[in-house]
Amino acid sequence: MQLTGAQALIRSLEQEGVDTIFGLPGGAILPVYDPLLDSSIRHILVRHEQGAGHMAEGYALATGRPGVAMVTSGPGATNIVTPIGNAHMDSTPLVVITGQVATASIGTDAFQECDITGITMGITKHNFLVQSAQEIPRAVAAAFHLATTGRPGPVLIDVPKDVTQSMMDWWYPASIEEYDLPGYRPEIPLDQEAVERAVALIAESERPVLYVGGGTLKSRASQELLAFAERTGMPVVTTLMARGAFPDSHEQHLGMPGMHGMYTAVTAIQKSDLLISLGARFDDRVTGKIPAFAAGAKVIHVDIDKAEFNKVRHADVAIQSNVAAALVAFDAAQATPRNLDVWWKAINDWRDQYPLVYDEPTADGPLRPQHVIEAIAAKAAPGTIVASGVGQHQMWASQHWKFEEPGTWINSGGAGTMGFGVPAAIGAKVGRPERTVWCIDGDGCFQMTAQELTTARSEGIPIKVAILNNAYLGMVRQWQEMFYEERYSEVYLSADLPDYVKWAEAMGCVGLRARTLKEMHEVIDEANTINDVPVVIDFRTDAEEKVFPMVAAGASNDDIIVHPLQRGERR
Amino acid sequence: MSPEPYLGEVSRTPVRHHILSVLVENKAGVLARIAGLFARRGFNIYSLAVAPAESHARFSRVTIVVDAESAPLEQIVGQLDKLVNVVAINDLAPRDAVERELLLATLPLGDEHRSAMLDTITKAGASIVDVGPTSVTVMLAGTPGACDELERALEDFAEVELHRTGRVALPRLG
Repeated sequence: MQLTGAQALIRSLEQEGVDTIFGLPGGAILPVYDPLLDSSIRHILVRHEQGAGHMAEGYALATGRPGVAMVTSGPGATNIVTPIGNAHMDSTPLVVITGQVATASIGTDAFQECDITGITMGITKHNFLVQSAQEIPRAVAAAFHLATTGRPGPVLIDVPKDVTQSMMDWWYPASIEEYDLPGYRPEIPLDQEAVERAVALIAESERPVLYVGGGTLKSRASQELLAFAERTGMPVVTTLMARGAFPDSHEQHLGMPGMHGMYTAVTAIQKSDLLISLGARFDDRVTGKIPAFAAGAKVIHVDIDKAEFNKVRHADVAIQSNVAAALVAFDAAQATPRNLDVWWKAINDWRDQYPLVYDEPTADGPLRPQHVIEAIAAKAAPGTIVASGVGQHQMWASQHWKFEEPGTWINSGGAGTMGFGVPAAIGAKVGRPERTVWCIDGDGCFQMTAQELTTARSEGIPIKVAILNNAYLGMVRQWQEMFYEERYSEVYLSADLPDYVKWAEAMGCVGLRARTLKEMHEVIDEANTINDVPVVIDFRTDAEEKVFPMVAAGASNDDIIVHPLQRGERR
Repeated sequence: MSPEPYLGEVSRTPVRHHILSVLVENKAGVLARIAGLFARRGFNIYSLAVAPAESHARFSRVTIVVDAESAPLEQIVGQLDKLVNVVAINDLAPRDAVERELLLATLPLGDEHRSAMLDTITKAGASIVDVGPTSVTVMLAGTPGACDELERALEDFAEVELHRTGRVALPRLG
């Protein structure tokens, strides 16, 4: 069967089971948009290519399936660089297709030409510049294989216009051998000797902590984690990338570690004698000052990516494996620590002494952002998915929302990409339409990508957006208050400019506003009754509110700063 | 397991260096991927030699001398191995490897230093591969140490143009 390269590209995506593409057409990708009309694949027309990329990420994080985005060459391609970089930092499976100028024009500075494979070399797991229509099926099959196996990540396929316009004989790779990836070996056999050494370390341990990272979600190891944790009785912490991997309601869960982690989670790691790292990478936001991080602990490091071993912290035992297989092996070997009663006594004392607290809200406002999140959560349907931008609101959402299952927390961890929330929430809702999706956003983040609410309205994607509007770039303001003698430099945004209610309405959404406690409850209830169009709520929150606990950048986790209420001080 | 880094006696190379013999797919941009990885991770390349591997057009061999002081060797190998186009990495400690390098130098043959220069060339075991009216091009294929020595010896003369290839290596037998 003879097909054009464009037809072959769409057909290849169908072969991979793609149901949705997030994208925006342009000159170089034009040929591919024609056969799209005849495909069963849904295309979501975004308003900016960055939106397409973050939507694909939200889709991937909510469903566990790779997100797909398609854009044109030049500025279309460069506009999606930020989501690609974001997905690379968070190991999110993405396949991004970019149009390219015709092969003969490559290298001539042609209209809308850019070297996108060169630009994204360092922020993709791999990328391809497809040289002929005949090669399109192989490139697509290989891209999905690379994006979803081993340590997942973004893969970019750059397709010149003449390649999509020329003819090919349809074929599709029948097996991995035909992908032509001689250097790619994502899984290696589990090292049983290393497992035995890990089991021996566990047997000696009196103060173990399960340090659960995003790799646990990526390898779908939640059930294995629950079984292992319950059998051994070990305490669990879940990093920002792993929220939802272990139920927040579980007695053994100490919460999130790190710069804005729970006091108990941070302190348990510091005092532990054994850290069992499961798909985590000892990020600086978790470790604080590295030499002071869990200084008395031995480390069992489980990761699919061997380059993570000994990168930041020496691993006493390194096990190259997906998390699920390693946990099954630990269980099979009956890995059991010593009696943990003394350890749990200490942990429970910290819990009692330093729970998560915030100042009592006042009836007339301004609202407490933490209280707004708890109120939304209390009224949310079970299984609600929460997306966020980056900053204070992200930390409060991670701290105050109770995550019970995988795929319910969608956020930008490693890259810290402001503006991630709205498009990621849209992508999550497309992937899981039966779920309620809330975006907990900040006013600074919202202004970066809000135009995608027009996409959401026109495509019928009814997400709910809570803007915690404190009129500032709040996290930067917090640092300037605490570490720059309250010298506020370029952080004020104004609560009223733009008018978020009018802006929402202009984009076809319902716009609501709350300043008082009474209004807060009313607008949340109203938002929960609206299921046909997106809703945006402008919550007016206290600009002086800060995220606690906090470990200052570069400080030891031993020097965690608790909330003023817990220091016996008045604000 | 990586062999211990060799504490080299070769003056021009980093004190703790290692040779990575890397088999890669012979595809466009592969060298840029390797160079880009070293640059963004802060690993230092001391020398680099690239050529088609054996008789297969499908693969090339990249011989990289890395400065094992710029980053732990385990990190360099681990990150390099993640490049999809990298097929195999052979990590050679200098004491376990046979290393060779090619040096070409064009020397002006003025009357003043003529005999000293020819003497230097002969002593080094270099051969004359091209002759012009006022200059000659000589070649030395030898150990990096021998190339260093000749290079140092030629520093005494003016207007010498000298190129080195960077080393290639294979594991020592037995």
